[in-house]
Amino acid sequence: MTLNAELSRRIYTDMWRIRLFEEEALRQTSLGSVKGTLHTYCGEEAIAVAVCAHLRDDDYVLGTHRSHGHCLAKGAPMDRMMAELFGRATGSCRAKGGSMHIADFSRNILGANGIVAGGIGPGTGTALASRIRKSDQVSVVFFGDGAAARGPFHEGLLFGSLWKLPVVYVCENNGYQQWVPRKNVAVVDSVADMAASYAIPGVSVDGQDLEAVYDAAGVAVERARRGEGPTLIEARTYRFYGHSLGDMEEYRSREEVDDWRENRDPIKLFSAWMKERQWLGDDEDEAIQAEVKVEVARSVAYAEESPLPEPEDVLTDVLDTEWRVSA
Amino acid sequence: MRTIALRDALREALHEEMARDESVFVIGEDVIAHGGPYTVTQGIVDKWPDRIFETPIAEAGIVGLGVGAALAGMRPVVEIMYVDFITCAMDEVVNQAAKMRYMTGGQASVPIVIRLPCGPARLVAAQHSQIMESWFMHVPGLQVAAPSTPYDAKGLMKTAIRSPDPVAFFEYKALYVSEGGVPEEDYVIPFGKADIKREGEDATVVAIGGMVPRALEAGIALEDEGYDIEVVDPRTLAPLDMETICESVRRTGRAVVCEMDSSFAGTGAEIAAALAEQCFHDLRAPIVRVGSPHVPMPFAEELVNVTVPDAGDVSAAVRKVMA
Ligand SMILES: Cc1ncc(C[n+]2csc(CCOP(=O)(O)OP(=O)(O)O)c2C)c(N)n1
Ligand SMILES: [Mg+2]
Repeated sequence: MTLNAELSRRIYTDMWRIRLFEEEALRQTSLGSVKGTLHTYCGEEAIAVAVCAHLRDDDYVLGTHRSHGHCLAKGAPMDRMMAELFGRATGSCRAKGGSMHIADFSRNILGANGIVAGGIGPGTGTALASRIRKSDQVSVVFFGDGAAARGPFHEGLLFGSLWKLPVVYVCENNGYQQWVPRKNVAVVDSVADMAASYAIPGVSVDGQDLEAVYDAAGVAVERARRGEGPTLIEARTYRFYGHSLGDMEEYRSREEVDDWRENRDPIKLFSAWMKERQWLGDDEDEAIQAEVKVEVARSVAYAEESPLPEPEDVLTDVLDTEWRVSA
Repeated sequence: MRTIALRDALREALHEEMARDESVFVIGEDVIAHGGPYTVTQGIVDKWPDRIFETPIAEAGIVGLGVGAALAGMRPVVEIMYVDFITCAMDEVVNQAAKMRYMTGGQASVPIVIRLPCGPARLVAAQHSQIMESWFMHVPGLQVAAPSTPYDAKGLMKTAIRSPDPVAFFEYKALYVSEGGVPEEDYVIPFGKADIKREGEDATVVAIGGMVPRALEAGIALEDEGYDIEVVDPRTLAPLDMETICESVRRTGRAVVCEMDSSFAGTGAEIAAALAEQCFHDLRAPIVRVGSPHVPMPFAEELVNVTVPDAGDVSAAVRKVMA
């Protein structure tokens, strides 16, 4: 499907939902309501929303430590996500996972992941399940540029290609791996080039350009759905905040961050792109942001009103204790 | 004696050993930027830029290269950012590093130190809070250190670096900023030598790593109840100094074994079993273990608090053996 005004507005709204959800989460951290660490997606929003725009509810998504955006874009309810960050019993993972493990299996969001590259093998495995069941469900695995160094990336792509599995590998190359610039620890500039070793298409796109990501993802998802195998998409992007909370950001300059925020903000760029096409008026733009602010405020209220988990909850969910073998 | 933090003691040990022996080098993720997340490797790049390697995110590669360099006569100090990620390099630890000497009939030496920051801190949930000491204790050919004070951390790190065999070196993240006296002059602490952190007569509390300060806290609280506990810190888990532990238990007749990790099939299980074998007739009450329930680390603070044992849990266990 090509981008039209209605779809664009929906995608645009989702970008704001991610941005404002996370900025609120950061604010709630400074207030002490959200505890633990946060890896924010601000600056990278175009990628999750453009890719997920092509997905059906029953398609699978697997993420990273930086997955608030993937979850919201795939349809995880914001209120339960906020409640998870607040450590409440109503949270997506009942306060057992927190930011780094947010998941919503009812939407086939199989979860954020605290292990770099941890989702790549499992995301290739959900694609294998589609193959075995002869379903046309597609799997999308998001991961950072750092993940391309790890074995599971290489092994996952090998299996995906070998068995032509319906999976799309989306590498969010933000130029840094925690505090280390990618150029210090990588030998190829473009992660997309690594697709050649596994004989699958590798495409590199500007991750701040929503249309570019949308088009590349459309081709890749359709290819996967037709049973023609995986694609590796590299989306070049940038994270606006530190790697996680408390990052002193000594490894990059203020000017570099300001430049990206000023000139390469995917939300600003897409807003301008829509306005050029008369798909978005200033009033509508304001209305969308106001609407999202209300949704975010509601999610905070939901979290605040939700109960804390009970101490005995610690012992549940390790195994399925209901299950019995019938002799 | 001056007082410094545990992470500063570790940093000193690295600097001193690197100055003493040019085969020592450091390898790990983010070890140059900020000197790693815990600042332990800070300053090394300024003195020895050719002996510190900041790596891609590739734990199997990091440990694998460390093993090879060690086989070739170097002394790598590997940093794994969180112990949780060592699972990505378990073949390199278990099949490559640990067995090499044995499989080669004593030809090989693998003098590698694998630094493993561990334990709950800052609510980072199940994949960033594990301890896992007992996994490594179970592998023949590995030595396992778990210091609880800056003094022990420095002395054990120096021994680890000088050791001809692999060491899994556990660093409790929550203890990095805890302070203690550390002499300026060179010293080492032999492996397999427990330390009595508090003398007492009524019960022996064996405490490991992050549980040592909690046991000492319990020791103070229990004085009000008239109980005088002895706190024994094994300091290394492999080799394990059962002699000192048994000697204490023979005196007190009661034993509590504390670890922060799940007590199921854990470190404390080994110590309790050895005590049952060696001191059965000296025991006046069944041994009590303190540890976390057998669950992954949850996220919410309220759940973490009931998962991780604290001084109150140690006190409760002492009351049980005293009853
Ligand atoms: C196996 C493993 N090693 C190390 C880490 C610690 N760590 C968490 S995020 C990160 C950087 C990841 O960089 P990248 O994949 O580029 O993702 P980004 O944070 O840039 O989105 C590191 C080193 C981890 N979580 N898992
Ligand atoms: Mg990155």
